[in-house]
Amino acid sequence: MINALLSLLVFQLLGEVLVRAMGVPIPGPVVGMLLLFGALKLRGRVPDTLHKVSEALLNNLSLLFVPAGVGVMVHLNLLRTGWWQLLVTVIVSTLITLVVTALTMQGLVSVQRCARGGQTDG
Amino acid sequence: MGEPIIEIWVYLAQTPLLWLVTTIGVYQVAQALSRRVGAPPLLNPVLLTIVALVSLLLLTDTSYDVYFDGAQFIHFLLGPATVALAMPLYQAERKLRQVLLPGLGALVVGAATGIIAAVLIGTLVGLDEPVLRSLAPKSITTPIAMGVAEAIGGLPSLTAVLVILTGMVGAMVGREVLDLLRCRDQSIRGFAMGLASHGLGTARALQLDREAGAFAGLAMGLNGAMTAMLVPPLLRWLGL
Repeated sequence: MINALLSLLVFQLLGEVLVRAMGVPIPGPVVGMLLLFGALKLRGRVPDTLHKVSEALLNNLSLLFVPAGVGVMVHLNLLRTGWWQLLVTVIVSTLITLVVTALTMQGLVSVQRCARGGQTDG
Repeated sequence: MGEPIIEIWVYLAQTPLLWLVTTIGVYQVAQALSRRVGAPPLLNPVLLTIVALVSLLLLTDTSYDVYFDGAQFIHFLLGPATVALAMPLYQAERKLRQVLLPGLGALVVGAATGIIAAVLIGTLVGLDEPVLRSLAPKSITTPIAMGVAEAIGGLPSLTAVLVILTGMVGAMVGREVLDLLRCRDQSIRGFAMGLASHGLGTARALQLDREAGAFAGLAMGLNGAMTAMLVPPLLRWLGL
């Protein structure tokens, strides 16, 4: 258990260090995730304890956002001027982003499928 | 016998334990409540928990700093949990190879759409320029979004609030919107939710499907970098 938690933390630390050393705008933990992905590929399987600890964390990922969400209260006054305009903008633009992203990816997947299909046929 | 209740409160209010326990407890109650009524989008457990906790803090006149002393232990786990997303990503590796190129295309288009839509709609409803600048990076994870806002002359603390709201929108209705689009591919569903609403969207995608969660985490990370790169040139292009 401790080993599994340690490896997650070590990969996070590696990610944080790399991000700072290279000055790229990506969160350290995300780089840690990619590094761990690479390590798992090299190893060829997921160790049991690592799987268990990860599941425990990921099953409760929503809970982990609560403290940051409560932080909204500190800046609630910022929304006082023009709150409905902000709300409308956030809701509509987020929905547009969601839809455009899904449709673009869906479209590109079918293009790719056609292109690949064409190659094997021809 | 015993201490008067006020003294117990004074003791509890000073230890991190109280708000740590309250955060987890309220979240469990909110989850049970939401499930009992069939988990409607508007009764999202995270939203319920945040509203309940903010009310509780205001009622007891507790500052966010005191609250965070306890809640930081939960907040800290976000780092290792993000690293742990490597697990579902590893399990979805074959799928990842298949949709890598379409994903990268959707990343560029989606990131640009997020920025342009926010600024244009904000202009349309009459928001001021510093507010528009704070809106531009709202689809990405808080630390990067605040950094971007700062660099382009927005208000980082306003951006932090907008980022959370954006995440809540994706978490609350993402599933329903993607159902309406008849989008069934879990990798696409997850990618769209992670790109449009970062960590909160990722957490929701993960609850719905493991593969969707893996792709949401990936999209969240990639979009952090893509949006940070695209915001300055796109704002110039939009005349801001």
